[in-house]
Amino acid sequence: MAAKPETDAVSGVVTTGHEWDGIKELDNPMPSWWIYTFYACIAFAAVWVVLYPSLPFVRGVLGYTARKDFAGTMEVQQARAEPMLARMRAATPAAIAADPELRPYALAGGRIAFATNCAGCHGSGGQGAPGGFPSLADDDWLYGGTFDAIHTTISVGVRNGENPDARGVQMPAFAAAGLNMTQIGDLAEHVLSLSGGATDPAAATRGAALFAENCVVCHGERGEGSRELGSPRLNDHIWLYGGDKASIIRTTAYARAGVMPTWASRLDPATINMLTVYVHALGGGEQ
Amino acid sequence: MPDTNVPSPPPLYAPHRKIYPRAVAGRVRSVKWAVLAVLLGLYYIVPWLRWDRGPGVPDQAVLADIGNARLFFFWIELWPQEIYFLTGFLILGAIGLFAATSLFGRVWCGFTCPQTVWTDLFMWVERRIEGDRNARMKRDAGSPSRDRTLRRIAKHAAWIVIAAATGGAWIMYFQDAPTVLWQMVTGAASVQTYFFFALFTLTTYVLAGFAREQVCTYMCPWPRFQGAMLDQDSLVVTYREWRGEPRGKLKEAGHGDCVDCGACVHVCPTGIDIRDGQQLECIGCGLCIDACDEVMGKLHRPQGLVAFETLANLAASTAAAARFAPGPERREAGMAARRRLHMIRPRTLMYAGVLSVVVAAMLGAFLLRDTLTLTALAERAPPYVRLSDGGIRNAYTLKLADKTRNEGNYTLSLDGPPGLQLVVQDVATDAAGRPVLPARPDGVATFRALVTAGPELAVDGRARLRFRLLDDQGRVAASGSSVFVGPHR
Repeated sequence: MAAKPETDAVSGVVTTGHEWDGIKELDNPMPSWWIYTFYACIAFAAVWVVLYPSLPFVRGVLGYTARKDFAGTMEVQQARAEPMLARMRAATPAAIAADPELRPYALAGGRIAFATNCAGCHGSGGQGAPGGFPSLADDDWLYGGTFDAIHTTISVGVRNGENPDARGVQMPAFAAAGLNMTQIGDLAEHVLSLSGGATDPAAATRGAALFAENCVVCHGERGEGSRELGSPRLNDHIWLYGGDKASIIRTTAYARAGVMPTWASRLDPATINMLTVYVHALGGGEQ
Repeated sequence: MPDTNVPSPPPLYAPHRKIYPRAVAGRVRSVKWAVLAVLLGLYYIVPWLRWDRGPGVPDQAVLADIGNARLFFFWIELWPQEIYFLTGFLILGAIGLFAATSLFGRVWCGFTCPQTVWTDLFMWVERRIEGDRNARMKRDAGSPSRDRTLRRIAKHAAWIVIAAATGGAWIMYFQDAPTVLWQMVTGAASVQTYFFFALFTLTTYVLAGFAREQVCTYMCPWPRFQGAMLDQDSLVVTYREWRGEPRGKLKEAGHGDCVDCGACVHVCPTGIDIRDGQQLECIGCGLCIDACDEVMGKLHRPQGLVAFETLANLAASTAAAARFAPGPERREAGMAARRRLHMIRPRTLMYAGVLSVVVAAMLGAFLLRDTLTLTALAERAPPYVRLSDGGIRNAYTLKLADKTRNEGNYTLSLDGPPGLQLVVQDVATDAAGRPVLPARPDGVATFRALVTAGPELAVDGRARLRFRLLDDQGRVAASGSSVFVGPHR
C-alpha cells in the first residue's frame, strides 16, 4: 500500500511498509541456504510420495507397508530365536532348569510370556489376587509344584470346558445340598479350627461331624486337601477365597470354581516349557 | 516525543562484515603457535597411545567405550555409574577457567579455546593459498578469474581435509583408533560412525572456516559472563591510551606514541579496534600487541603501547601521565606509576580454595572408590509372600558389580532380625550353609535371594536388612541394605 519503498537508515535495507508501534519490518530476502533447503525438501517430498504410501488409498511404488515391515522383522527375529526355541521344545522343563545355558534363557522368555499371558490373573510377580487367583510364588499348590505338575496345569488348564483333561473337580454348593446355614456356620468354625483360627470351640466341635460326613472325601480328614482332585488344603494359612468366617461360609454354601484356559492350544510347547521353568522359580517350586 | 538528549545506543542490527586478518609475527604469536602445536598434537596423538590392560580389554590409553559402557583413562577404568568423576573433572575445568580468567583475563579464549586454535590453523592455510590480507581483499573485490577460482578450490579442499582429520580423530576417542580408521577407510564402519564423522567434519569446516569470530561474538555464552571473573587486577589486552593519545602522524609534533597506522586493527581476528577500550568481541589473543610492538620497534620507540595490563595499572599510569605533554617524560612517569601484578586477592584466594576443595573431594572419592559393590533391590510385586505355615517370605534381586577383572567367590551373610532364613537361588552353599556368590569379572552378576521369616518371628510392617559379602578371610568386601516387609499386625 505504501506509495514508494522506504529504506531503513541503519541497515540500508528496504522495509515492507508495515509498521507496529514505530517498529518497521525489514524486507530482507530469505537466506539462500534456507531457500535451497526448502526446495530440496519439496523435491524429497515428491520422490517420497511416489515411493511410499503417503496419500489415502494410494500405495507407494515400493509396496512398503508398516505391517509388512513388522512381519518381516518378526520373521527375522523368529529365525534368530529358532535354534534356542528348538532346544526348549525338545527338553523337559526339569532338564531346561538344570542346564546352565538354557535356564537363564527360559527364565527370560518365561517372564515375558508370563507378563503377556498370565499376569492378568496371577499378578505381575505371580502373587495371585483375591477371589480365586492363586499365588504362584508361595509354597502351596493346588495341583502340585513339581515341573511336571506345573507343566500339566499350564497345558490343560482348569475347569475350562474346552479341554476334557482339564484340572479340577467341582465342589458342591452345600446350601443346595441339604445343609442349613447354622450347620454351614458350624462347619466354617471347624474349618477355621484346622489352622488354629477358630473363635467358637463348641461350634467347631459340632462342625467336626458335618466335616467328616461331607468334606473329608475331597479335603481329607485333617483338611490336608488333595492335589489329584485339586481340593485345597484347609489346614494352612493360605486361602484362595478369603480365610475369614464369612468368606468360608460363602464358599461352603455356594461353592467356588476358578477356571483357567488350556494353554496347549494357545502357546507353543517351547513357551509352555519356559513358563514352567519361570513359575517354578518364582519361589515355590518343588522337586 | 522521544527524549533527544539521551545518547542513542549502538544499533542492535549489524550486517556481517568479512574480516581479513593480516599475518603478524612476535612474542605472542610465537606462544600462540606453540600452544596450537601442543594442543593439536595432543588431540591427534592421544587416541593412538596404547596401554596394555590384558587380554580381552581395549588397549587404548584414552577411550570412552560407549558400546561396552566403560571409560578408560590410562590406569583408570570407570563405569557409567561413576560418571560423577567426569562431572567433577568438568567442575574442576570450570573453576580453573574462572581462576585463570581472574588472573590473566581471556587466556582461554585467546590461546586455548578449540574455536581459536582451529580458526588460527584455518587462517594459516588461507594465507598460504590465497595470500595475506591485502592480496585476499584485492582478489575478493576483483572480478572472477581462473586464478581466484583455483585458489578457492584449493583452500576449501585443504580445509575439508583438516576438518575430516578433526572429525575422524574425535571418533577415535570413542572407538579403538586403528580399528575404526581401517573400518572407515574400507567402508566397514557403522552408519553412526560415519554420521558423527561427517557431523564433526562439517562443524569444524563451518565454525573454523566461516563462522570464526561470530562464534565468539554471538554464539558463545562465555564472553557474556566472563566479565564477572575480571576485576581491576586482571591482565587484559589494553591500549595504553595515556601514552598513545593524541594519535597522529609521526612527522607532526604534539602527538602521542600512536601513529594511527592501523596495524592493531588489521591483525585483529575479530576485526575490532583495541584502542576503543575493553570490548565484548576482544578474545584477548594479543596479536595487536605483536603488531604494535613491531611498529614501535621500527620507530625506535619503546614497545608495549598495546600490552597485557591491568586496569588498575592503567588508571595509575593515566593519573601519573596526565601532567605531562606527549614525550619521553610522560612515558616514563606513566610506566613508573605501575604496580607489581597483584595476584593474591580475595577473588583468587576464593577460586584457589574452591579448586582445592574440589580436587580433594575428587581425589578422596577416587581413592575410596569401591571396586566391588552389592546392591539389594527388594522385589515389589509382591512385596511379600505368605507361606502355608503362616511365615512371610521376601524376595530380593542382588546385583554384585565387580569392577576388577579377577575371578572371586564371596559368602553372603544376612544382618537383620534374628531367625531370618536366607536362600539364594541357583548358587552353591558353603559348609555353614551360607550362599556363595560368584562375582562376574568386569561385570554385574545378578542373583535372586529369598529371605523367610518363620511364623514365630513377628516382623511388624518392616525391618531393616543388610546383606554382607564376605571374602575368603571373612572380611566384609561389600554390603547392601534393604528392608524386609511383612503385614502390619
